[in-house]
Amino acid sequence: MDKISSITGIGVPLRRSNVDTDQIIPAEFLKRVTKTGFDDALFHSWRQDPDFVLNREPFSRGSVLVAGPDFGTGSSREHAVWALRDFGFRAVIASRFGDIFRGNSGKQGLVTAVVPEDVVARIWLELETNPGAEVTVDLAERTVSCGNVTNPFDIDDYTRWRLMEGLDDIGLTLRHTTAIDDFESQRESWRPTTLPAR
Amino acid sequence: MTADGAPRTLAEKVWADHLVVRGDNGEPDLIYIDLHLVHEVTSPQAFDGLRMAGRPVRRPDLTIATEDHNTPTLNIGAQIADPISRTQIETLRANAKEFGIRLHSLGDIEQGIVHVVGPQLGLTMPGITVVCGDSHTSTHGAFGAMALGIGTSEVEHVLATQTLPLTPFKTMSITVNGTLRPGVTAKDIILAVIAKIGTGGGQGYVLEYRGSAIRALSMEGRMTICNMSIEAGARAGMVAPDDITFDYLKGRPHAPAGADWDAAVEYWKTLPTDEGATFDAEVVLDGDALEPFVTWGTNPGQGVALSESVPNPADIVDPNERASATRALEYMDLEPGTPMKDIRVDQVFMGSCTNSRIEDLRAFASVIKGKKLADGVKLMVVPGSARVRLEAEAEGIDKVVTDFGGEWRFAGCSMCLGMNPDQLQPGERCASTSNRNFEGRQGKGGRTHLVSPLVAAATAIRGTLSSPWDVN
Ligand code: SF4
Repeated sequence: MDKISSITGIGVPLRRSNVDTDQIIPAEFLKRVTKTGFDDALFHSWRQDPDFVLNREPFSRGSVLVAGPDFGTGSSREHAVWALRDFGFRAVIASRFGDIFRGNSGKQGLVTAVVPEDVVARIWLELETNPGAEVTVDLAERTVSCGNVTNPFDIDDYTRWRLMEGLDDIGLTLRHTTAIDDFESQRESWRPTTLPAR
Repeated sequence: MTADGAPRTLAEKVWADHLVVRGDNGEPDLIYIDLHLVHEVTSPQAFDGLRMAGRPVRRPDLTIATEDHNTPTLNIGAQIADPISRTQIETLRANAKEFGIRLHSLGDIEQGIVHVVGPQLGLTMPGITVVCGDSHTSTHGAFGAMALGIGTSEVEHVLATQTLPLTPFKTMSITVNGTLRPGVTAKDIILAVIAKIGTGGGQGYVLEYRGSAIRALSMEGRMTICNMSIEAGARAGMVAPDDITFDYLKGRPHAPAGADWDAAVEYWKTLPTDEGATFDAEVVLDGDALEPFVTWGTNPGQGVALSESVPNPADIVDPNERASATRALEYMDLEPGTPMKDIRVDQVFMGSCTNSRIEDLRAFASVIKGKKLADGVKLMVVPGSARVRLEAEAEGIDKVVTDFGGEWRFAGCSMCLGMNPDQLQPGERCASTSNRNFEGRQGKGGRTHLVSPLVAAATAIRGTLSSPWDVN
């Protein structure tokens, strides 16, 4: 994973709350067995509407999505993150995120920045008054800024550190292989095993 | 999570007993995973990752796979028609073979929805950690397990290490007191809970369902409730194990036996939340007052009692909620003030990991038995697993469904998400026992009302959203 310290790009105002992962990417696209090439699938049904924000210049070139509360709720599909990333998004700003979506994002280098709802509203206003305005999500400084709005954002320390160092989770865990071996050697015999089939 | 000796919650006990490495300085804890369930949709990219890094699956013997999301529910002997669905299933088969993972394929008696298969095999048990690349993994919490839905990167992580780095969750108790009236079921409880706390209300929490109305539920009912915890935004839902749990498990193929059973039960009895333990948040619901429930909107929190009417967005104070309600009513083609019971449906779907177990099918069949399906309404009944289907057929439930005028299908996720050919047509309205009423969830342009099996049955008889109290 690449190290990320700050992201700057065209901000896209998505004035919707409760954007579940079924809306981010409908089930029909989950049949693919690859991890890339999902850009066409992003917000697929909303993009049928020519007026949808991502169909309009300059937002179609956006890389920071600014959404209403409860973004990424519902299904655990990591395809939602892949689709956002493939479209060109590097960060999403919202006041609340679905837990699994936020976890998936952190693992794929998509920054999720939590700010209060009124800050989202002020950024929306800025982006709608000045389409094409850039938003900066600064992981090192832990701030989002756009026009004259600058505000700290929340992200858990560990995810931030991992993103800034570009570290792979599995590699980090494998440092603890001995501890895992020890734990396993104590595992009670009543706990489930799937093999052999019974 | 709490100092030694202090009273602890169920969730805290399970967490503590799976701690491999405690994280310092804001690092997450490393938690051991007892059971990993796999299906075809969220696993291909994880196996690819392993192959690319040259890593094996650490514990194939704690991993089990089934085909469910893409599988057809008709002509299961024929080749899957959609080439992309077929590729995904074939990819799972190849991966299971390559990495030595047990797989239950279409046609196998243990094939079915991953969250129906784990409990029916007795693999899901109290005090374990269970994960699956599927948000409704929360279902397994009904046994007093810590059951988490995860993403594909985490699937790869568990395959490689049998652990997950996790930050401790907050705990929320949801107490449902009293006794449910006849006709009111677990599904109505959870729909009412979500309507009360909202789709984000559980974010960051593990929910523990407590109280007399929960204790009185069967394992099937508890699974229905835990299943939809994710719809309140929670990471997991749990119910403390008791004799109902033990009775359900005993004798199942993978349940402990002999001395292991005794040791397990002794441990399981230590799991319920200690007297005096505190939760970070508490919600209380009056079970006596609950009525059959139904959703009107496009998220599971947008619901009301069946006796009520479609709400008016103008009455909603929160501007985001109001905008979301307005959009939802437009999508659902509903007018504020319309009595819920006046709403006509085109289809009824009885199935999904929320309500497709044998008890759900029995409840449904008991209402429709000897009646006729309303004119112009289609009914599809999809058992959760091949084993449930056979069990139901042995009891004559298939016959009850077909005599009524409905379709009896093979097991799978089916119209819960319409990845297979079972989909709503644009504009069609469906009363569904599944868990998500999102826009297009059951097919592009389809409109979903979430209901219990009893409400689904009454609706199939009358053709309009109906309570079991409306038919006898
Ligand atoms: S039945 Fe529906 S919710 Fe359950 S696992 Fe299948 S698709 Fe997911």
